[in-house]
Amino acid sequence: MTHGPGPLARLVAGSPGALITLVLVMGAAVLVPVLNLVVPAGSAFHVPTYLVSLMGKYLCYGLLALSVDLIWGFCGILSLGHGAFFALGGYAVGMYLLREIGARGVYGNATLPDFMVFLNWKELPWYWYGFDHFPFAALMVVAVPGLLAFAFGWFAFRSRVSGVYLSIITQAMTFALMLAFFRNDMGFGGNNGLTDFKDILGFNIQSDATRVGLFVATALALVCGYLVCRVIVSSRLGRVLIGIRDAESRTRFLGYRVENYKLFVFVVSAVIAGVAGALYVPQVGIINPGEFAPANSIEIVIWVAVGGRGTLHGAILGALLVNYFKSYLTSALPEVWLFALGGLFIGVTLFMPKGIIGSVNAIIGKGRVAAGARRRVSPG
Amino acid sequence: MTHVHAKPETHDTLLYLDGVTVSFDGFKALNGLSLYVIAGELRAIIGPNGAGKTTMMDVITGKTRPDLGEVFFNGGTDLTKLDEAQIANLGIGRKFQKPTVFESHTVYHNLELALAGSRNVFASLIFRLTGEQKARIDHVLETVSLTADRHRLAGNLSHGQKQWLEIGMLLMQDPELLLVDEPAAGMTDAETEQTAALLKEIARSHSVVVVEHDMTFIRALDTHVTVLHEGSVLAEGSLDTVQNNQQVIEVYLGR
Repeated sequence: MTHGPGPLARLVAGSPGALITLVLVMGAAVLVPVLNLVVPAGSAFHVPTYLVSLMGKYLCYGLLALSVDLIWGFCGILSLGHGAFFALGGYAVGMYLLREIGARGVYGNATLPDFMVFLNWKELPWYWYGFDHFPFAALMVVAVPGLLAFAFGWFAFRSRVSGVYLSIITQAMTFALMLAFFRNDMGFGGNNGLTDFKDILGFNIQSDATRVGLFVATALALVCGYLVCRVIVSSRLGRVLIGIRDAESRTRFLGYRVENYKLFVFVVSAVIAGVAGALYVPQVGIINPGEFAPANSIEIVIWVAVGGRGTLHGAILGALLVNYFKSYLTSALPEVWLFALGGLFIGVTLFMPKGIIGSVNAIIGKGRVAAGARRRVSPG
Repeated sequence: MTHVHAKPETHDTLLYLDGVTVSFDGFKALNGLSLYVIAGELRAIIGPNGAGKTTMMDVITGKTRPDLGEVFFNGGTDLTKLDEAQIANLGIGRKFQKPTVFESHTVYHNLELALAGSRNVFASLIFRLTGEQKARIDHVLETVSLTADRHRLAGNLSHGQKQWLEIGMLLMQDPELLLVDEPAAGMTDAETEQTAALLKEIARSHSVVVVEHDMTFIRALDTHVTVLHEGSVLAEGSLDTVQNNQQVIEVYLGR
């Protein structure tokens, strides 16, 4: 083997978008803390804490979009229920944060969270055991979405459910979970969800330093998630995934077990979505069953479509742009937002089917393809 | 007149279809089809539309389960119990009627994906081409005349080149038996001739079953021919023999 570039350099080689993404996210992870904590509040360069958390929230959405792009853009699995994995990761952290409150709740009950006292429950349900330890909660953040995705994918892919049918059952999955989590006797706070968090790992969740810490953690998670996806899609495994997307039966007849490949990438994607949800909840301060709403999952797909599917960084870009647009529009013209979102999706589908990054890549690649076509001698 | 099946000698029979019947909504696509292919053989299969040629390929490769009958490969393995990936890994490669390649991959990566070896998910994640494997890809690129196009996207190839690429992918799989469905469809005369030469070359080291409509192509292959009609074997022999067979003439020209 020759002494080529290092593994990281090899991953971003030939993809300026990948390099720009890594530099920007890492840059934000360094710059935002400085601008918030070091630059004095009066300065024009000061970044207020609410903005730090807002940007942290956007980065969580970026990570979530990445997880959808990995399966949809590279393997053709259109999940309309990925919000479920995000919400489950969020609930796992929410449960930990609720246990951290201890006796400081409204009812001052050290063994039961407020909502259980309110419901007149006498003891903690067994599935809340362990959530007062952060490592256990962190394990559940990846294990619960991962296991659900494994069970779901095992049956769906083995039965060769694909295309629209798969999209519909993913949607049904998240809808069923939403209805279940709305019920008070499920033991997850029902309609109100989990909120009023006080500390995370002993740090005050409202303090500037904790907020900045969560932002940095989110940025690092996004970088890691991006690199994991890059490693997958640039390996032979990634080429098999694209093969499945474009010609599934050809892949089978070459001897690949398509269901195993789909299952692997679906589980990885669900775990990434779960991590995104876990970072989201402490930054927004609440998790409720609304996060399971089918509309949320559809919105993720729109972010990916806008940014450009099958590009990874396009998904992140799409999530940031659409959510910035959403924040702006829901405060400026709240009644217009849903129409704008629908219009955006139709517009992108009609006029920019490859999304922003896909279209940019197509323009850059055009010269090369044209040169290739001129060389080609087409017979007959 | 009609060919009578001798009981195949097990030691040199590679593929043996025994009384295979497939029906779709009452229509019998295959009707008690029995057929065997000897190791190392190049076999051409012809027949009018709806004779069951593609269904036969589907049964052998595990895409369609037969209602009746058995398919044995390489001695005792019953293919009707296995799925597509298992059958492919036993050493049966298939080329589709419509060229099916991975259009958004380069020619080189198409061949790399077909390369014989572990199909395990985790093995794929850490897979690196060895020097030997690179040499093999280069050799196959040469065989199917695509060396100059190795870095082009398969989707940008001409129709004939896609057919060759797909044949090249079969070669990378290095199967014992190649099933080739209408390789000359949509090709120019020159390409057809080149394809026939390519298949004859491949048949030196593999067993090949070719389904084809094009009589010029069959003649160029110069090999044993089986005529299918309404889901079973109508005649077998050299092309001249079957072309002079009264039943075959009737089937092809109408009564």
